[in-house]
Amino acid sequence: MRHLIDPLDFSVEEIDALLDLADRIAANPTAYQGVCAHKKLATLFYEPSTRTRLSFEAAMLNLGGAVLGFAGADSSSAAKGESVADTIRAISCYADIAAIRHPKEGAPLRAARYSRIPVINAGDGGHQHPTQTLTDLMTIRRRKGRLGGLTIGLCGDLKFGRTVHSLIKSLARYANMEFVLISPEELRVPEYILSEALEPQHIPYRQLSSLEQAMPHLDILYMTRVQRERFFNEEDYIRLKDTYVLNADKMKLAQPDMAVLHPLPRVNEITLDVDDDPRAAYFEQAQNGVYVRMALIMTLLELTDQGGALC
Amino acid sequence: MLNIDSIRNGVVIDHIKAGTGMQIYHLAGLDKLDCCVALIRNARSNKHGQKDIIKIESVIDLDLDVLGYVDPDITVDIIRDGVIVEKKKLAKPARLVNVIRCKNPRCITSVEEAIDHIFFLSPNGRYRCAYCEQEPSKKDA
Repeated sequence: MRHLIDPLDFSVEEIDALLDLADRIAANPTAYQGVCAHKKLATLFYEPSTRTRLSFEAAMLNLGGAVLGFAGADSSSAAKGESVADTIRAISCYADIAAIRHPKEGAPLRAARYSRIPVINAGDGGHQHPTQTLTDLMTIRRRKGRLGGLTIGLCGDLKFGRTVHSLIKSLARYANMEFVLISPEELRVPEYILSEALEPQHIPYRQLSSLEQAMPHLDILYMTRVQRERFFNEEDYIRLKDTYVLNADKMKLAQPDMAVLHPLPRVNEITLDVDDDPRAAYFEQAQNGVYVRMALIMTLLELTDQGGALC
Repeated sequence: MLNIDSIRNGVVIDHIKAGTGMQIYHLAGLDKLDCCVALIRNARSNKHGQKDIIKIESVIDLDLDVLGYVDPDITVDIIRDGVIVEKKKLAKPARLVNVIRCKNPRCITSVEEAIDHIFFLSPNGRYRCAYCEQEPSKKDA
Protein backbone atom coordinates (compact mmCIF):
# COMPACT_ATOMS: atom_id res chain seq x y z
CA MET A 1 0.00 0.00 0.00
CA ARG A 2 1.33 3.44 -0.97
CA HIS A 3 0.74 6.84 0.59
CA LEU A 4 1.61 10.30 -0.67
CA ILE A 5 2.95 12.28 2.27
CA ASP A 6 6.04 13.95 0.82
CA PRO A 7 6.38 14.95 -2.84
CA LEU A 8 9.52 12.82 -2.98
CA ASP A 9 7.59 9.68 -2.02
CA PHE A 10 7.24 9.11 -5.76
CA SER A 11 10.26 8.69 -8.01
CA VAL A 12 10.69 10.90 -11.07
CA GLU A 13 9.55 7.99 -13.22
CA GLU A 14 6.45 7.48 -11.09
CA ILE A 15 5.67 11.20 -11.26
CA ASP A 16 6.05 11.12 -15.03
CA ALA A 17 3.70 8.13 -15.26
CA LEU A 18 1.18 9.88 -13.02
CA LEU A 19 1.33 13.06 -15.12
CA ASP A 20 0.93 10.97 -18.28
CA LEU A 21 -2.22 9.46 -16.78
CA ALA A 22 -3.45 12.93 -15.79
CA ASP A 23 -2.92 14.08 -19.38
CA ARG A 24 -4.92 11.12 -20.68
CA ILE A 25 -7.70 11.93 -18.23
CA ALA A 26 -7.65 15.58 -19.34
CA ALA A 27 -7.92 14.49 -22.96
CA ASN A 28 -10.88 12.21 -22.36
CA PRO A 29 -12.46 12.61 -18.90
CA THR A 30 -15.57 10.60 -19.71
CA ALA A 31 -13.47 7.47 -20.24
CA TYR A 32 -12.69 7.54 -16.51
CA GLN A 33 -16.10 8.37 -15.08
CA GLY A 34 -16.71 4.92 -13.66
CA VAL A 35 -13.32 3.65 -12.56
CA CYS A 36 -13.92 4.38 -8.86
CA ALA A 37 -17.48 3.08 -8.69
CA HIS A 38 -18.23 1.78 -5.16
CA LYS A 39 -15.05 3.36 -3.79
CA LYS A 40 -15.09 6.03 -1.08
CA LEU A 41 -12.74 8.93 -0.43
CA ALA A 42 -12.63 10.34 3.10
CA THR A 43 -11.68 14.03 3.20
CA LEU A 44 -10.37 14.81 6.69
CA PHE A 45 -9.90 18.56 6.71
CA TYR A 46 -8.91 19.84 10.13
CA GLU A 47 -8.43 23.39 8.85
CA PRO A 48 -10.39 25.51 6.40
CA SER A 49 -9.91 24.85 2.72
CA THR A 50 -12.09 25.55 -0.25
CA ARG A 51 -10.32 24.56 -3.39
CA THR A 52 -8.17 21.66 -2.22
CA ARG A 53 -11.08 19.89 -0.55
CA LEU A 54 -13.45 20.58 -3.44
CA SER A 55 -10.76 19.55 -5.92
CA PHE A 56 -10.36 16.19 -4.15
CA GLU A 57 -14.10 15.73 -3.97
CA ALA A 58 -14.57 16.69 -7.63
CA ALA A 59 -11.79 14.26 -8.57
CA MET A 60 -13.43 11.35 -6.76
CA LEU A 61 -16.91 12.21 -8.06
CA ASN A 62 -15.51 12.48 -11.62
CA LEU A 63 -14.20 8.94 -11.20
CA GLY A 64 -17.62 7.69 -10.15
CA GLY A 65 -16.72 7.28 -6.48
CA ALA A 66 -18.29 8.70 -3.34
CA VAL A 67 -16.99 11.17 -0.78
CA LEU A 68 -17.41 11.48 2.98
CA GLY A 69 -15.60 13.51 5.59
CA PHE A 70 -15.51 16.73 7.54
CA ALA A 71 -14.34 20.29 6.96
CA GLY A 72 -12.95 21.89 10.09
CA ALA A 73 -11.64 20.52 13.37
CA ASP A 74 -14.72 21.82 15.20
CA SER A 75 -16.94 19.39 13.32
CA SER A 76 -14.67 16.41 13.89
CA SER A 77 -13.75 14.18 16.78
CA ALA A 78 -10.59 16.28 17.19
CA ALA A 79 -12.78 18.76 19.07
CA LYS A 80 -13.31 15.98 21.63
CA GLY A 81 -9.59 15.44 21.88
CA GLU A 82 -9.22 12.38 19.67
CA SER A 83 -5.74 11.77 18.31
CA VAL A 84 -4.94 11.62 14.61
CA ALA A 85 -3.83 8.02 15.08
CA ASP A 86 -7.21 6.98 16.50
CA THR A 87 -9.18 8.95 13.92
CA ILE A 88 -7.46 7.33 10.94
CA ARG A 89 -7.84 3.86 12.43
CA ALA A 90 -11.59 4.41 12.54
CA ILE A 91 -11.74 6.08 9.10
CA SER A 92 -9.91 3.07 7.66
CA CYS A 93 -13.10 1.12 8.40
CA TYR A 94 -15.29 3.55 6.45
CA ALA A 95 -13.39 4.54 3.31
CA ASP A 96 -10.97 3.19 0.71
CA ILE A 97 -8.63 6.19 0.63
CA ALA A 98 -8.19 9.34 2.72
CA ALA A 99 -7.03 12.88 2.04
CA ILE A 100 -5.97 14.71 5.19
CA ARG A 101 -5.29 18.40 5.76
CA HIS A 102 -4.10 19.38 9.20
CA PRO A 103 -2.67 22.57 10.70
CA LYS A 104 0.03 20.59 12.50
CA GLU A 105 3.09 19.61 10.49
CA GLY A 106 3.57 15.87 10.18
CA ALA A 107 -0.05 14.95 10.96
CA PRO A 108 -0.53 13.08 7.64
CA LEU A 109 2.66 11.10 8.30
CA ARG A 110 1.33 10.19 11.72
CA ALA A 111 -1.96 9.13 10.09
CA ALA A 112 -0.17 7.04 7.46
CA ARG A 113 1.62 5.05 10.16
CA TYR A 114 -1.69 3.90 11.63
CA SER A 115 -3.80 3.70 8.49
CA ARG A 116 -5.04 0.62 6.67
CA ILE A 117 -5.93 2.69 3.59
CA PRO A 118 -3.79 4.96 1.39
CA VAL A 119 -3.33 8.42 2.91
CA ILE A 120 -2.79 11.56 0.86
CA ASN A 121 -1.27 14.63 2.47
CA ALA A 122 -3.57 17.48 1.46
CA GLY A 123 -1.41 20.04 3.28
CA ASP A 124 0.16 20.00 6.74
CA GLY A 125 0.77 23.39 8.29
CA GLY A 126 3.60 25.23 6.59
CA HIS A 127 5.32 21.98 5.71
CA GLN A 128 4.28 20.08 2.58
CA HIS A 129 1.49 20.10 0.02
CA PRO A 130 2.38 17.33 -2.43
CA THR A 131 -0.83 17.32 -4.50
CA GLN A 132 -0.39 21.03 -5.16
CA THR A 133 3.10 20.12 -6.33
CA LEU A 134 1.71 17.52 -8.71
CA THR A 135 -0.68 20.18 -9.99
CA ASP A 136 2.20 22.62 -10.46
CA LEU A 137 4.33 20.03 -12.25
CA MET A 138 1.45 19.12 -14.58
CA THR A 139 0.84 22.79 -15.38
CA ILE A 140 4.52 23.50 -16.01
CA ARG A 141 4.86 20.44 -18.22
CA ARG A 142 1.76 21.31 -20.24
CA ARG A 143 2.83 24.95 -20.61
CA LYS A 144 6.52 24.44 -21.35
CA GLY A 145 6.46 20.95 -22.82
CA ARG A 146 9.00 19.64 -20.32
CA LEU A 147 10.20 19.52 -16.74
CA GLY A 148 13.83 20.49 -16.54
CA GLY A 149 15.95 23.04 -18.36
CA LEU A 150 13.87 25.86 -16.87
CA THR A 151 14.50 28.96 -14.81
CA ILE A 152 11.81 29.30 -12.20
CA GLY A 153 11.25 32.28 -9.94
CA LEU A 154 9.44 31.66 -6.66
CA CYS A 155 8.13 34.85 -5.11
CA GLY A 156 6.56 35.85 -1.81
CA ASP A 157 6.44 33.81 1.37
CA LEU A 158 9.14 31.22 0.80
CA LYS A 159 9.50 30.45 4.50
CA PHE A 160 6.04 29.24 5.43
CA GLY A 161 4.84 28.56 1.87
CA ARG A 162 4.49 24.80 1.88
CA THR A 163 3.81 24.66 -1.86
CA VAL A 164 7.16 26.34 -2.44
CA HIS A 165 9.12 23.81 -0.38
CA SER A 166 7.49 20.88 -2.11
CA LEU A 167 7.97 22.37 -5.58
CA ILE A 168 11.66 23.16 -5.07
CA LYS A 169 12.40 19.65 -3.81
CA SER A 170 10.53 18.12 -6.73
CA LEU A 171 11.92 20.28 -9.51
CA ALA A 172 15.45 19.86 -8.14
CA ARG A 173 15.27 16.26 -9.37
CA TYR A 174 15.07 17.39 -13.00
CA ALA A 175 18.13 18.38 -15.04
CA ASN A 176 19.36 21.89 -15.68
CA MET A 177 16.99 23.73 -13.40
CA GLU A 178 17.76 27.17 -12.07
CA PHE A 179 15.98 28.76 -9.13
CA VAL A 180 15.45 32.44 -8.39
CA LEU A 181 14.11 32.85 -4.86
CA ILE A 182 12.42 36.22 -4.43
CA SER A 183 11.35 37.15 -0.91
CA PRO A 184 11.87 39.61 1.91
CA GLU A 185 14.71 38.69 4.25
CA GLU A 186 12.29 37.40 6.91
CA LEU A 187 10.51 35.01 4.56
CA ARG A 188 13.42 33.31 2.86
CA VAL A 189 13.49 29.60 2.02
CA PRO A 190 14.49 27.50 5.06
CA GLU A 191 18.19 26.77 5.05
CA TYR A 192 17.69 23.01 5.00
CA ILE A 193 15.90 23.18 1.65
CA LEU A 194 18.93 24.89 0.14
CA SER A 195 21.53 22.71 1.84
CA GLU A 196 19.78 19.45 1.04
CA ALA A 197 17.82 19.93 -2.18
CA LEU A 198 19.95 22.38 -4.14
CA GLU A 199 23.51 22.72 -2.91
CA PRO A 200 24.61 19.05 -2.94
CA GLN A 201 23.67 18.81 -6.61
CA HIS A 202 25.19 22.20 -7.41
CA ILE A 203 21.85 23.45 -8.69
CA PRO A 204 22.19 27.18 -9.29
CA TYR A 205 20.00 29.47 -7.23
CA ARG A 206 19.86 33.15 -6.38
CA GLN A 207 18.11 34.83 -3.48
CA LEU A 208 16.74 38.24 -4.43
CA SER A 209 14.42 40.78 -2.93
CA SER A 210 13.46 42.46 -6.23
CA LEU A 211 10.79 40.88 -8.42
CA GLU A 212 11.47 43.36 -11.22
CA GLN A 213 15.13 42.36 -11.34
CA ALA A 214 14.24 38.69 -11.76
CA MET A 215 11.35 38.98 -14.23
CA PRO A 216 13.23 39.10 -17.58
CA HIS A 217 15.10 35.87 -16.85
CA LEU A 218 12.22 33.61 -15.88
CA ASP A 219 10.49 30.78 -17.76
CA ILE A 220 8.10 30.32 -14.85
CA LEU A 221 7.03 32.75 -12.13
CA TYR A 222 5.46 31.08 -9.11
CA MET A 223 3.68 33.67 -6.98
CA THR A 224 2.56 32.94 -3.43
CA ARG A 225 0.38 34.61 -0.86
CA VAL A 226 1.74 35.73 2.49
CA GLN A 227 -0.50 33.65 4.75
CA ARG A 228 -1.91 35.33 7.83
CA GLU A 229 -2.51 31.95 9.52
CA ARG A 230 1.22 31.12 9.55
CA PHE A 231 2.19 34.14 11.65
CA PHE A 232 2.11 34.23 15.43
CA ASN A 233 2.61 38.00 15.27
CA GLU A 234 -0.03 40.07 13.43
CA GLU A 235 2.35 43.03 13.10
CA ASP A 236 4.80 40.94 11.08
CA TYR A 237 2.00 39.79 8.79
CA ILE A 238 0.78 43.34 8.12
CA ARG A 239 4.32 44.56 7.46
CA LEU A 240 5.10 41.81 4.95
CA LYS A 241 1.82 40.97 3.23
CA ASP A 242 2.02 43.50 0.39
CA THR A 243 5.72 43.20 -0.38
CA TYR A 244 5.13 41.82 -3.87
CA VAL A 245 2.27 42.67 -6.22
CA LEU A 246 2.38 41.36 -9.77
CA ASN A 247 0.53 43.66 -12.16
CA ALA A 248 0.29 44.25 -15.91
CA ASP A 249 3.17 46.73 -15.84
CA LYS A 250 5.54 44.22 -14.29
CA MET A 251 4.39 41.59 -16.78
CA LYS A 252 5.88 43.81 -19.53
CA LEU A 253 9.31 42.90 -18.14
CA ALA A 254 8.72 39.18 -18.66
CA GLN A 255 9.42 36.91 -21.58
CA PRO A 256 6.51 36.48 -24.00
CA ASP A 257 6.15 32.79 -23.14
CA MET A 258 6.69 32.97 -19.38
CA ALA A 259 3.97 31.23 -17.35
CA VAL A 260 2.60 32.70 -14.12
CA LEU A 261 1.53 30.11 -11.56
CA HIS A 262 -0.10 30.61 -8.18
CA PRO A 263 -1.45 27.92 -5.85
CA LEU A 264 -4.50 30.13 -5.09
CA PRO A 265 -6.27 31.63 -3.31
CA ARG A 266 -4.71 34.97 -4.16
CA VAL A 267 -5.47 38.07 -2.20
CA ASN A 268 -3.77 41.03 -3.83
CA GLU A 269 -0.39 39.67 -4.89
CA ILE A 270 -1.64 39.36 -8.49
CA THR A 271 -3.85 42.19 -9.73
CA LEU A 272 -6.92 41.43 -11.80
CA ASP A 273 -5.41 43.01 -14.91
CA VAL A 274 -3.01 40.04 -15.19
CA ASP A 275 -5.85 37.51 -15.41
CA ASP A 276 -6.46 38.06 -19.13
CA ASP A 277 -2.77 37.82 -20.01
CA PRO A 278 -2.22 34.54 -21.87
CA ARG A 279 0.78 33.92 -19.60
CA ALA A 280 -1.49 33.66 -16.55
CA ALA A 281 -1.78 29.93 -15.85
CA TYR A 282 -3.26 29.91 -12.34
CA PHE A 283 -6.84 29.08 -13.23
CA GLU A 284 -5.58 26.40 -15.59
CA GLN A 285 -3.72 25.05 -12.54
CA ALA A 286 -7.02 24.67 -10.69
CA GLN A 287 -8.37 22.55 -13.55
CA ASN A 288 -5.19 20.50 -13.75
CA GLY A 289 -5.45 19.92 -10.01
CA VAL A 290 -8.62 17.91 -10.51
CA TYR A 291 -7.07 15.79 -13.27
CA VAL A 292 -3.90 15.10 -11.34
CA ARG A 293 -5.84 14.18 -8.17
CA MET A 294 -7.95 11.80 -10.28
CA ALA A 295 -4.72 10.22 -11.52
CA LEU A 296 -3.36 10.04 -7.98
CA ILE A 297 -6.47 8.40 -6.54
CA MET A 298 -6.39 5.81 -9.34
CA THR A 299 -2.69 5.18 -8.79
CA LEU A 300 -2.94 4.74 -5.02
CA LEU A 301 -6.00 2.51 -5.37
CA GLU A 302 -4.07 0.50 -8.01
CA LEU A 303 -6.93 0.81 -10.48
CA THR A 304 -6.68 -0.07 -14.13
CA ASP A 305 -6.46 2.84 -16.55
CA GLN A 306 -9.51 2.18 -18.68
CA GLY A 307 -8.25 4.81 -21.09
CA GLY A 308 -5.58 2.43 -22.27
CA ALA A 309 -2.55 1.36 -20.26
CA LEU A 310 -2.28 0.17 -16.68
CA CYS A 311 -1.36 2.69 -14.05
CA MET B 1 45.80 14.70 41.46
CA LEU B 2 42.43 13.16 42.22
CA ASN B 3 42.43 9.36 42.25
CA ILE B 4 39.44 7.26 41.32
CA ASP B 5 39.82 3.52 41.75
CA SER B 6 40.03 1.49 38.56
CA ILE B 7 37.13 -0.88 38.13
CA ARG B 8 37.25 -4.68 37.74
CA ASN B 9 33.89 -5.14 36.07
CA GLY B 10 32.05 -2.30 34.46
CA VAL B 11 32.00 0.35 31.77
CA VAL B 12 34.23 3.35 31.19
CA ILE B 13 32.90 6.12 28.99
CA ASP B 14 36.00 8.01 27.97
CA HIS B 15 37.02 10.94 25.80
CA ILE B 16 33.88 12.87 26.64
CA LYS B 17 34.19 16.48 25.59
CA ALA B 18 34.99 18.46 28.74
CA GLY B 19 31.82 19.91 30.21
CA THR B 20 29.34 17.49 28.62
CA GLY B 21 29.78 14.62 31.09
CA MET B 22 26.76 15.65 33.14
CA GLN B 23 24.60 15.76 30.00
CA ILE B 24 25.68 12.20 29.17
CA TYR B 25 25.06 11.17 32.76
CA HIS B 26 21.42 12.25 32.58
CA LEU B 27 20.66 11.35 28.94
CA ALA B 28 22.03 7.82 29.39
CA GLY B 29 19.93 7.39 32.53
CA LEU B 30 22.96 6.86 34.77
CA ASP B 31 21.27 8.81 37.54
CA LYS B 32 18.85 5.89 37.86
CA LEU B 33 21.52 3.23 38.47
CA ASP B 34 22.03 1.66 41.89
CA CYS B 35 25.69 0.78 41.33
CA CYS B 36 28.67 3.03 41.90
CA VAL B 37 29.06 5.68 39.16
CA ALA B 38 31.90 8.20 39.05
CA LEU B 39 31.78 11.30 36.89
CA ILE B 40 35.20 12.87 36.49
CA ARG B 41 35.16 16.34 35.03
CA ASN B 42 38.05 18.16 33.41
CA ALA B 43 40.47 15.23 33.56
CA ARG B 44 43.78 15.69 31.76
CA SER B 45 43.73 14.67 28.11
CA ASN B 46 46.79 14.44 25.89
CA LYS B 47 44.64 15.02 22.83
CA HIS B 48 42.24 17.76 23.89
CA GLY B 49 43.79 19.16 27.07
CA GLN B 50 40.72 18.29 29.14
CA LYS B 51 38.02 15.66 29.00
CA ASP B 52 35.26 14.13 31.10
CA ILE B 53 35.19 10.44 32.06
CA ILE B 54 32.41 8.32 33.50
CA LYS B 55 33.13 5.04 35.29
CA ILE B 56 30.28 2.65 36.00
CA GLU B 57 30.93 -0.24 38.35
CA SER B 58 28.63 -2.66 36.55
CA VAL B 59 28.41 -3.98 32.98
CA ILE B 60 25.19 -2.38 31.81
CA ASP B 61 23.53 -1.95 28.43
CA LEU B 62 24.15 1.64 27.44
CA ASP B 63 22.09 3.45 24.84
CA LEU B 64 24.90 4.03 22.37
CA ASP B 65 22.59 6.11 20.14
CA VAL B 66 22.33 8.68 22.89
CA LEU B 67 26.08 8.78 23.39
CA GLY B 68 26.72 8.92 19.63
CA TYR B 69 24.25 11.77 19.29
CA VAL B 70 25.90 13.87 21.98
CA ASP B 71 29.45 13.14 20.85
CA PRO B 72 30.43 10.47 18.31
CA ASP B 73 34.07 10.74 19.43
CA ILE B 74 33.30 9.22 22.83
CA THR B 75 34.75 5.75 23.48
CA VAL B 76 33.06 3.05 25.53
CA ASP B 77 35.24 0.37 27.13
CA ILE B 78 33.74 -2.77 28.62
CA ILE B 79 35.87 -4.11 31.45
CA ARG B 80 35.77 -7.61 32.88
CA ASP B 81 38.15 -8.90 35.53
CA GLY B 82 40.13 -5.70 35.24
CA VAL B 83 40.75 -6.11 31.51
CA ILE B 84 39.23 -4.16 28.61
CA VAL B 85 37.38 -6.86 26.69
CA GLU B 86 35.56 -4.61 24.21
CA LYS B 87 36.00 -1.10 22.85
CA LYS B 88 32.84 0.27 21.29
CA LYS B 89 33.12 2.87 18.57
CA LEU B 90 30.30 5.32 18.28
CA ALA B 91 28.75 7.07 15.33
CA LYS B 92 25.97 9.56 14.86
CA PRO B 93 22.85 7.37 14.76
CA ALA B 94 20.61 7.58 11.70
CA ARG B 95 17.52 7.88 13.92
CA LEU B 96 16.86 9.16 17.40
CA VAL B 97 13.71 8.04 19.16
CA ASN B 98 12.63 9.93 22.28
CA VAL B 99 16.11 11.24 22.97
CA ILE B 100 15.25 14.87 22.29
CA ARG B 101 11.86 16.50 21.93
CA CYS B 102 10.61 18.58 19.03
CA LYS B 103 9.79 22.06 20.32
CA ASN B 104 8.13 23.33 17.13
CA PRO B 105 4.64 24.46 18.20
CA ARG B 106 3.43 23.77 14.65
CA CYS B 107 4.52 20.12 14.81
CA ILE B 108 2.04 17.28 15.38
CA THR B 109 4.24 16.14 18.28
CA SER B 110 3.10 19.24 20.20
CA VAL B 111 -0.50 17.96 20.44
CA GLU B 112 -0.68 14.23 19.67
CA GLU B 113 -0.72 11.87 22.64
CA ALA B 114 1.64 8.91 22.87
CA ILE B 115 3.70 9.99 19.89
CA ASP B 116 7.39 9.16 19.67
CA HIS B 117 9.69 12.12 19.10
CA ILE B 118 11.72 10.89 16.15
CA PHE B 119 14.65 12.72 14.61
CA PHE B 120 16.64 11.56 11.60
CA LEU B 121 20.13 12.45 10.51
CA SER B 122 19.86 14.58 7.39
CA PRO B 123 22.44 14.60 4.58
CA ASN B 124 23.93 17.83 5.94
CA GLY B 125 24.84 16.01 9.17
CA ARG B 126 22.19 17.68 11.31
CA TYR B 127 19.14 16.16 12.93
CA ARG B 128 15.61 17.04 11.89
CA CYS B 129 12.21 16.06 13.23
CA ALA B 130 10.67 13.23 11.21
CA TYR B 131 7.31 15.00 11.27
CA CYS B 132 7.97 18.71 10.70
CA GLU B 133 11.61 18.52 9.52
CA GLN B 134 12.63 21.28 11.91
CA GLU B 135 16.07 21.08 13.48
CA PRO B 136 16.24 21.13 17.26
CA SER B 137 17.46 24.43 18.66
CA LYS B 138 20.98 24.50 20.06
CA LYS B 139 19.51 24.58 23.54
CA ASP B 140 17.38 21.45 22.91
CA ALA B 141 20.31 19.66 21.30
